[in-house]
Amino acid sequence: MPQSTLQPAGQAAEAIALLFYWMSAGAVLIWIIVVGLAVYAIYQPGQHNPQTIKRWVIGGGAVFPTIVLTGLLCASLPMMPELQRPAPEGSLEVHVSGVRWWWRITYRVGDEHLVETANEIRLPVGRPVEFKLDSEDVIHSFWIPALGGKVDMMPGRQTRLKLHPTRVGTFRGVCAEFCGAAHAQMNFDVVVMPADEFDAWLKQLTRPTASSQEPDAVAGENHFFAVGCHACHAIRGTQASGSMGPDLTHFGSRPSIAAGLLPNNRDNLVRWITETDLVKPGVDMPAFHAMDRQQAAEIATFLEGLK
Amino acid sequence: MTDATDTTTPTVSYRALRNHILWLLIPPTTWAIHFLASYLTIAIVCAKSETGDAMPIRIAIAVYTLVALGVIALVGWHSHRQHRHGDASPPHDGNTSDDQLRFIGYATLLLAALSSVATLFTALVVLFIGSCD
Repeated sequence: MPQSTLQPAGQAAEAIALLFYWMSAGAVLIWIIVVGLAVYAIYQPGQHNPQTIKRWVIGGGAVFPTIVLTGLLCASLPMMPELQRPAPEGSLEVHVSGVRWWWRITYRVGDEHLVETANEIRLPVGRPVEFKLDSEDVIHSFWIPALGGKVDMMPGRQTRLKLHPTRVGTFRGVCAEFCGAAHAQMNFDVVVMPADEFDAWLKQLTRPTASSQEPDAVAGENHFFAVGCHACHAIRGTQASGSMGPDLTHFGSRPSIAAGLLPNNRDNLVRWITETDLVKPGVDMPAFHAMDRQQAAEIATFLEGLK
Repeated sequence: MTDATDTTTPTVSYRALRNHILWLLIPPTTWAIHFLASYLTIAIVCAKSETGDAMPIRIAIAVYTLVALGVIALVGWHSHRQHRHGDASPPHDGNTSDDQLRFIGYATLLLAALSSVATLFTALVVLFIGSCD
């Protein structure tokens, strides 16, 4: 899954990548001049002219860097207003809260209706999106390298970020501010889709989930409630309404589990339920080491069916 | 009080020299005050403004910049004269109060150049960014 600022798929990332290429070219040019002069100074025989030395030291050591820095400043500052400007009125609004170590994602649908999901952000291609960012515990930082710059998420304060995806694809988002033991395991999936598919997906997201009626899935649902998973997780359309952990409505359609850590499949899910603390050290979710494998597999079947 | 080892008649007293050292601090201090004033103006005006219009900030910072550059230019001009005073030729590295004065003058001139660049860089930001976003 690409996580590179140099393979941009958004307007902001394109501007940042362009700036990077200009800066790299400038750095290479300056390096060649400096090393060239050093080689010349070493190998040129005889005494150097003091006047020339003075000119090179002042010109190359003070005047030239000032001109280069002024040029870079004048080239990069005009990029800032566009990157900082809020998305136009009526744009899609997505609230993202950083929680150790996962992401609470809330889509605003219509005027008031908010619909929650976790660790997965889907966006329409070619439309600006406004992100409202905050944190529920420590400072995190929200970064989708392929789409744009990063913005810190602070407890008690809302920051914002505008992104404008230009290319369909699946990308990776990360937490870019060290936030504790499992910081490196706090990632998320970003799926940029054609606008009409996105609209259909968002409509689907607002609907309560329909759980599978297969016997294994029904048994899994019973275990889910018996074990007490619903105390922390919500599944709209069922009795589960906890808000401590990620919302699991439509869990089955997510590409990954445990905040972008493992692909979403049966084996990984069973491992996550029974060895949570080994997969992600420091996580709040209790590990069910003593749970029967059959029982864990049934819970996994139930969760997979939530589409 | 004069320097005992000096063979020529010094034209500068050590008291004057001490005052000149204080001149050395004026350009960087001017930059620091300009930076702080610009930062506080942006923070306060943007926090209180409802429209996010940055024109008042731009005007205020243009005024600060003109004042700061004026002060720095004045000190730079003064230190340039200090550096060039008398008819001695460089390098001004003798242990005499005259040479020390010339040296301080040169150092002040360089600091004034650096401070003016730093002040202009601070002002460039509001030239390019015209809103509180």
